Amino acid sequence: MHMHKFEKIWLTFGIGCLVVFLTVVGVSAFYLGNKPASCLTTIDPEKVTQTKPFDKPGLHKVEGKEWDYELVFVASAFSYQPAQVEVPLGAKVKVIATTTDVVHGLEVAGTNINMMLEPGYINEYTTTFDKAGEYLIVCNEYCGTGHHLMFSKIEVVEK
Amino acid sequence: MINVTAAKIKVDPRDAKLSMAHFFVAFTALALGGLMGLLQTLVRSGKFELPFGIGYYQVLTVHGVLMGLVLTTFFIMGFQYAAVSRTAGTHSNAARRTGWIGFWLMTIGTLMSATMVLLNEATVLYTFYAPLQAHWIFYLGLTFVVIGSWIDGAAQIMTYAKWRKNNPGQPSPLLSFMAVINTVMWIVATLGVAATVLFQLLPWSLGLVETVDVLVSRTLFWYFGHPLVYFWLLPAYMCWYAIIPKIIGGKIFSDSLARLSFILFLLFSIPVGFHHQLTEPGIDPVWKFIQVILTFMVVIPSLMTAFSLFATFERYGRSKGATGLFGWLKVLPWNDARFIVPFIGMVSFIPAGAGGIINASNQMDQVVHNTIWVTGHFHLTAATSVVLTFFGISYWLVPHLTGRKLTKAMNKLGIIQAWVWFIGMAFMSGAMHFQGLLGGPRRSSFSTYGNSQQALEWIPYQIAQAVGGTILFLGIILVLIIFINLAFFAPKGEEEFPVGEAENLSEKAPMVFENWKLWLGITAALILFAYTVPFIDIIQNAPPGSKGFKTW
Amino acid sequence: MAKPELKTNQKTQVEDRSSLKGTLASVFLLGLFIIVSWVSVYYLFVDRF
Ligand code: HEM
Ligand SMILES: [Cu+2]
Ligand SMILES: [Cu+2]
Repeated sequence: MHMHKFEKIWLTFGIGCLVVFLTVVGVSAFYLGNKPASCLTTIDPEKVTQTKPFDKPGLHKVEGKEWDYELVFVASAFSYQPAQVEVPLGAKVKVIATTTDVVHGLEVAGTNINMMLEPGYINEYTTTFDKAGEYLIVCNEYCGTGHHLMFSKIEVVEK
Repeated sequence: MINVTAAKIKVDPRDAKLSMAHFFVAFTALALGGLMGLLQTLVRSGKFELPFGIGYYQVLTVHGVLMGLVLTTFFIMGFQYAAVSRTAGTHSNAARRTGWIGFWLMTIGTLMSATMVLLNEATVLYTFYAPLQAHWIFYLGLTFVVIGSWIDGAAQIMTYAKWRKNNPGQPSPLLSFMAVINTVMWIVATLGVAATVLFQLLPWSLGLVETVDVLVSRTLFWYFGHPLVYFWLLPAYMCWYAIIPKIIGGKIFSDSLARLSFILFLLFSIPVGFHHQLTEPGIDPVWKFIQVILTFMVVIPSLMTAFSLFATFERYGRSKGATGLFGWLKVLPWNDARFIVPFIGMVSFIPAGAGGIINASNQMDQVVHNTIWVTGHFHLTAATSVVLTFFGISYWLVPHLTGRKLTKAMNKLGIIQAWVWFIGMAFMSGAMHFQGLLGGPRRSSFSTYGNSQQALEWIPYQIAQAVGGTILFLGIILVLIIFINLAFFAPKGEEEFPVGEAENLSEKAPMVFENWKLWLGITAALILFAYTVPFIDIIQNAPPGSKGFKTW
Repeated sequence: MAKPELKTNQKTQVEDRSSLKGTLASVFLLGLFIIVSWVSVYYLFVDRF
């Protein structure tokens, strides 16, 4: 099997690019901690609202952790608890969420907070809210007739 | 040269009939699905509401099932069945009977599922994610489609095997080889979706078990879902690699490299499903990243394809005396619909492929996951590159099979059709990509989300999508006119089934490419490597199962 | 006078016949497009929280 010299050059270059892309995201994910939301904790989907921390949805200040706040969401067809929340600018926040019924999404539009919520699993993502403004949270996985009516809001405000 | 023995220039009329049966179903799906697509873009523009209380998501389910599952599977099976008949010889009576059984099983299954969707008993979109629970007849119908496609594909494999037996030590005809690779990949991939439907969703929807393990079901689905998109793409690659060279009057750049790239697709299309689950809980991020690496491997055969295609065109152009760096572009047959329609598809694959690499880039998926960007992406890959190539194929294949001719007028209409499609898609898919980067979600009816500032900024893009959708619908009307003309009204005559020849005929493809034990073995090994540990994890750490929900 | 000119002409033509420099240029343009797209979205990712 014969390969043209130019094709060898092209494949070397192309594969080189792929390796660079992979290295960049790999280092960012596993060294700098930018892994996509992948929490492994499970929960009984029928007892969500009795289970900590989902018995108290909303923003909570925490001590002695790597992050300053925990922002807890409970999703169910077709709404989020809380329906609106304020976050202080610059706060390092762990967003923790789950669903009580079907699969939902939790996407804070215009940010990297974008995760699937699946019954039986908790999902979480930690980030620093470093840009002020009003952010729309949309459900981005089809969950039924009211899917496009399912939203919440985060206001990142200077305090 | 070597393969002329068994090859017949014309597909046997008995085989032609079965191919055409597939195409009638496929183009019916295109007509209905296209109408749904138009309605979706109109609703999403905010200027239009569906009549008679029809729900947006029911329309979207019809569109996804008809376009993503019915149009593609039926067209591909019909095309590959004809391609094998043309290059490996007429199917035996037994193979043809097998093909018909598969065809009818798929058709019955489609009708069963479609009925449940129309009765609003299965508004679960074409991905039917649990714990949304559809009527059991919907799942049974899907099972029939999958099993039917196995039987249908078996017909191609039987004829390929017969050719191999009659031509020991010879590499099989390129198109037959490619068709069989795609069929084998399809069979291995559909094992996943068959498993979740048969062992999880069907018993659960029948009430035999109360709960379902959602993550197991999703993982099995996506084990199938990624090779599904390669199952759509490979027939287009068959046309680009092995048919287009003949149409332009050139040669296949390299028969062996074409085969190698198809083998790479078989190996690397399957162990990569996690790249659709990158933001999901319950899956270890290390295993996600391993599958991301495997996903990047499957880019390599596409890099090879790009080179081969440019090289075919350049070699041909220079043989016609073209000079300079890009002079060869000028001499390509721009007035031949059989060339230009798939060519526009090839060009669309450039942004489509670039978008795909972005989607697969681990945490970068958070920027685009489940936004309308993704919809924009696969309307470039599937709904442009793939379907334009399918349209281009049908412009010669349908008259070939029906004993008619592609007339000048239809050729011209075909070219217009492709440009209309391209323009419509530029609007629709372009606007989807940009809206997605701003965060606009996919699979969503029109909504201002309580007059949120961000959502209001998305509306102009949705209007652009409606403009694009309207142009695209015009494109669908044109294809249907051409298809009906070629199937029933075009003048009788002979239309060629073009099959390319390799540039270097003395270079025989290595026989190791036909060593199925080897390739299936490596395929299985890669799948086991990528899935065994995370799958055991998922099962061992499973939460309590989910009851079914009907939220529509 | 005319003869040697014809010869060199023929020679470059033969060379040109089998050349794939246009292909190489095309695939590198493709590569460039992929890199630019990828880097733009990576920038969005880095810029956003
Ligand atoms: C007239 C041409 C078409 C138009 C106007 C159109 C429009 C659309 C729109 C607007 C959506 C997204 C809706 C949403 O996410 O809310 C969509 C989804 C989809 N389209 Fe198309 N489309 C067309 C052709 C095609 C073709 C030819 C194919 C396949 C080869 C296709 C396959 C799909 C699939 C698989 C989905 C996803 C459905 C889902 O998310 O459940 N479309 N289409
Ligand atoms: Cu939703
Ligand atoms: Cu994929």
